Amino acid sequence: MLELKSLCKIFNAGTINEVMSLKNVNLRIEDGSFVCVLGTNGSGKSTLLNAVAGTFLVDSGYITLNGKDITQWPEYKRAFHIGRVFQNPFSGTAPAMSIAENLALAARRGKKRGLGWGLPDTLLNSLRDRVKSLNMGLEDRLDTPIGKLSGGQRQALTLLMSSLVRPDLLLLDEHTAALDPKTASKVIELTEKIVNEGKLTTLMVTHSMQQAVNLGDRVIMMHQGSIRYDFQGEEKKRLKVNDLLSLFDELRRKDQIDTTVADLLINSYV
Amino acid sequence: MTLLIGSFTIGLILALLALGIFISFRIFDFPDITAEGSFTFGASITAAMIVSGANPLIAIALSFIGGLIAGAATGVIHTRFKVNPLLSGILVMTALYSVNLHVMGKSNVPLLSQTTLFTWFENFSVKVSGKDAFYNIIGWSVPAKDVWTLLFCLLIIIAFSAMLLWFFRTNIGTAMRATGDNDQMIRALGVNTKSMIIFGVAISNGFIALAGSMLAQFQGFADVQMGIGMMVWGLASVIIGEALISDNTLGSVITGAVIGAVLFRLLVAIALRWGMNPNDLKLITAAFVFLALILPGFMKRSKKIKLLKQ
Ligand SMILES: Nc1ncnc2c1ncn2[C@@H]1O[C@H](COP(=O)(O)OP(=O)(O)O)[C@@H](O)[C@H]1O
Ligand SMILES: [Mg+2]
Repeated sequence: MLELKSLCKIFNAGTINEVMSLKNVNLRIEDGSFVCVLGTNGSGKSTLLNAVAGTFLVDSGYITLNGKDITQWPEYKRAFHIGRVFQNPFSGTAPAMSIAENLALAARRGKKRGLGWGLPDTLLNSLRDRVKSLNMGLEDRLDTPIGKLSGGQRQALTLLMSSLVRPDLLLLDEHTAALDPKTASKVIELTEKIVNEGKLTTLMVTHSMQQAVNLGDRVIMMHQGSIRYDFQGEEKKRLKVNDLLSLFDELRRKDQIDTTVADLLINSYV
Repeated sequence: MTLLIGSFTIGLILALLALGIFISFRIFDFPDITAEGSFTFGASITAAMIVSGANPLIAIALSFIGGLIAGAATGVIHTRFKVNPLLSGILVMTALYSVNLHVMGKSNVPLLSQTTLFTWFENFSVKVSGKDAFYNIIGWSVPAKDVWTLLFCLLIIIAFSAMLLWFFRTNIGTAMRATGDNDQMIRALGVNTKSMIIFGVAISNGFIALAGSMLAQFQGFADVQMGIGMMVWGLASVIIGEALISDNTLGSVITGAVIGAVLFRLLVAIALRWGMNPNDLKLITAAFVFLALILPGFMKRSKKIKLLKQ
């Protein structure tokens, strides 16, 4: 279970570029829940995932994962329990290393890395089977440097890598956004399969409302650094793309009113 | 021919330097100038120990450890205190200058009358082929002790290369390569990249100190200035190796660095023989590395221009 309590994160504090990317975020995700995160550009979705992953430390609030307070843990230590796929297909793999080596590295997530052989035959064989299950024909190219593959292939492998050791939490940050529609839908299929098979607790950022409607059991919508809407259970099942669209419109309208009010105030008082 | 064999031997010794530079520069993309200090550090530890009557092997082992510590210091300054990599290296290199003077007690320590690793090699040669023996190698008469020294150095460098190759294939070594390749990715897989950098730069400087230790014993003295220019020297070796061996599997790259080091030393010996002023050596080495660094980008650009013109 993941629990976020009053998370705040301010970037560039004290400068003119100051942004409050997380404003008092509270969220509780039960084990096995698959949550889609929606929101406009810059609403803080990536910041939320990065805060959980430990890319930076939050300014205030608490993060607990399975009862452990990980708020102050460094990123690499949180990774013992968290699997991740990034938006950029190049971020999740080491380009100069072979497919097999990349997978072998992922197969030791959270385990001790000592002087044992990195790619023993038994591991190689089991990795080959896993790669075969992707149906991409990559099982015969395990020695190929992963940098030679397409973005979609790399993203599929990163997804596989994130779940080789079962993660307590899977973080997916718009992991299909950089792919062409056909590849994207393949990777989404794979995501569904991996999440369902492992009953993984998942937090997936997406820009596609269709995906949010089709996948998972919960949708949260972020705006200006906070969670504005949260649909679960029956409510989530009934959710349609049109409902989400009108919510976006509503947020946008509120924004405009906010800014016009602000302009009004500035005009009359400054 | 004797000169050639001597250069060959020095080339093999400096291959340890090339391997060290390969680790910092190619695995981590970390321009680590600590090399210049740790090379001398290895030499000065060895000189001080041997002069005080220590076993050469113990002196060599301690030099390696000295290099490890120097490299770890640079790694810690860079990762924990967030000092830029080049500056971290410069700080440790500068500090080592004083340390080296303290270790040796003066700026130059002669070792010619001492028992070194190379005395052992010569003794071995005397035992096998007799005193002042010569071997006939493709028509050249060569002192037997030079041949044996070369062979032993070859064995040593093969052993260390094999060790490095093995290490980079272990779990921790693979994680180390990934740290240099994509640190974000490997952190997301639970690896402490800071520790990896500290450990990697330490090993790199361990190898470089080893090279310093061996060279001091071979040439019969340690000098506080002997590390100057060594980073660029090592880099030149690595670059030559890469140019010779286009295949970039780990084994080939390591072999390339070793061959590059030997070849570069031979080229320098030949150039000096042809009357190149020794004072120009570092200038030419630097110019060579500069060209090697800019040439690939330059060729890409000219190819692009050609394509655009078509
Ligand atoms: N590392 C950073 N440094 C400065 N500002 C950042 C950083 N990361 C995010 N931001 C800012 O925080 C806000 C939220 O960004 P982000 O979480 O990336 O939004 P999105 O919902 O599109 O993923 C944006 O205004 C962005 O500019
Ligand atoms: Mg984002």
